[in-house]
Amino acid sequence: MRAVITVIGRDMVGILARVSTACADANANVIEVTQSVMQEFFAMIMLIDISLLNCEIEELKNELSEKCPDMKIHVMHENIFNSMHRI
Amino acid sequence: MLNMTDIMETITMIEEECLDIRTITMGISLLDCADESIDRSCEKIYKKIHSYAKDLVQVGESIEKKYGIPIVNKRISVTPIAMLVAASGGDPVKYAKTLDRVAKDVGVNFIGGYSALVHKGFSPGDRELINSIPQALAETEFVCSSVNIGTTKAGINMDAVKIMGQVIREAAEKTRDKQCVGAAKLVIFCNAPEDNPFMAGAFHGPGEPDSVINVGVSGPGVVRAALAKMPKDAPLDEIADTIKKTAFKITRMGQLVGIEASQQLGVPFGIIDLSLAPTPAIGDSVAHILEEMGLETCGGWGTTAALALLNDAVKKGGVMASSHVGGLSGAFIPVTEDAGMIDAARKGVLTIEKLESMTAVCSVGLDMIVIPGDTPAEIISGIIADEAAIGMVNNKTTAVRVIPAIGLEEGEELDFGGLLGKGPIMKVNPSSPSILINRGGRIPAPLQSLKN
Repeated sequence: MRAVITVIGRDMVGILARVSTACADANANVIEVTQSVMQEFFAMIMLIDISLLNCEIEELKNELSEKCPDMKIHVMHENIFNSMHRI
Repeated sequence: MLNMTDIMETITMIEEECLDIRTITMGISLLDCADESIDRSCEKIYKKIHSYAKDLVQVGESIEKKYGIPIVNKRISVTPIAMLVAASGGDPVKYAKTLDRVAKDVGVNFIGGYSALVHKGFSPGDRELINSIPQALAETEFVCSSVNIGTTKAGINMDAVKIMGQVIREAAEKTRDKQCVGAAKLVIFCNAPEDNPFMAGAFHGPGEPDSVINVGVSGPGVVRAALAKMPKDAPLDEIADTIKKTAFKITRMGQLVGIEASQQLGVPFGIIDLSLAPTPAIGDSVAHILEEMGLETCGGWGTTAALALLNDAVKKGGVMASSHVGGLSGAFIPVTEDAGMIDAARKGVLTIEKLESMTAVCSVGLDMIVIPGDTPAEIISGIIADEAAIGMVNNKTTAVRVIPAIGLEEGEELDFGGLLGKGPIMKVNPSSPSILINRGGRIPAPLQSLKN
């Protein structure tokens, strides 16, 4: 089981570190990271393995929102993207 | 492998374009609750609904969190209550109060099925239930009611049409201190679907299994946003293709949620109703889709053609995305629930007569239309008869949900708040169909019904 984390907002020091620390605390393995910075705008998509997650997806999302207060954060099960964009 | 564009597209649809699952509706058969004592019958109903639906809201919320997609409503539909009244007799309002209590206790926001199917005539229980509708809707909060007065196979029961005009007025009068909301929870159908998850017309048809999960998807904002990205000179076949692709994606999401909900609740998955259901929220309007297609204002000439294209493309896109499509499926045009329709009606561009022609090509009928409070019952019956005729002849579902704004006149506004929205009181042609309506009897089924 995998989930997708997206982080969007103004670029600053330590975003990736904060997100990956929260993932490690939740026992989620990071599989892939794509990030881009355009001018001051930061966008990151992280694919994580949640088979051994020690909390609910919702809790991980709340934890991330707390650690990166000014960023827009979503944590969503990958199946929603697979079902919408794959036949 | 997932790519960034797809992920961002989904997130934009949810965040900015109001994409959501409009409703997860659990259908529950109450046929095994029928008892000759109405009190015992009510007790059985409460127990059955409570045991089947106690986890519905919580499961809905857990799916919302897992996929990050809002599921706006969790609802219940039940067997038409007139069938239980037939067995028990007694005051049908007792059933309404039981449904209201159980809806409150399990936390759903509407329960549908205070209904009667009288398209060919009245059987025991039907008249009692219909006469009790105004009181039942006035004394409950969550109960929705519907009556099917015609089908393509049976024709139109004009005795029922006459009564329903009076019942709508009475439902509004009894709730005049609550924005006449009783009439907003009452739908008169022709060709009512048995598996519709949308309120106020949802009921659990007698041909349905014991229990079932039906899902209603939405997403007018997503379709409008997709069309807004297209050049103004793009031909209509390309417009139709874009709508199909968007409808496909929306429906796939509904299918995912429906299957997950049915697994978690241990209830079979029924259908996806792939309807574009507007809300008063900005950017969630069907009228704005039509305007994006090239109309100056919804309701002007060209509206019916644009709506026909939209309704058809939504179905074509959605059908392949789901194993079972049902319910109403298409585009809804409820006036007070659609920001674009409200504006068009205020400007006087959108009239009831135009809405009537739109109902010939969309998925439902005259929906959430506020009419002057002094509109006589026989004119409301005339509106019902006209809509039913369109449905009967065209083999489609049509419905009437009009709200006589008691004490208010044309040009004033009625504000329900919430999902039901608000709207101006629309002009109704005052010429009386009184003699026609009072003839009663049945309009025979059309030739189209003889397909065997």
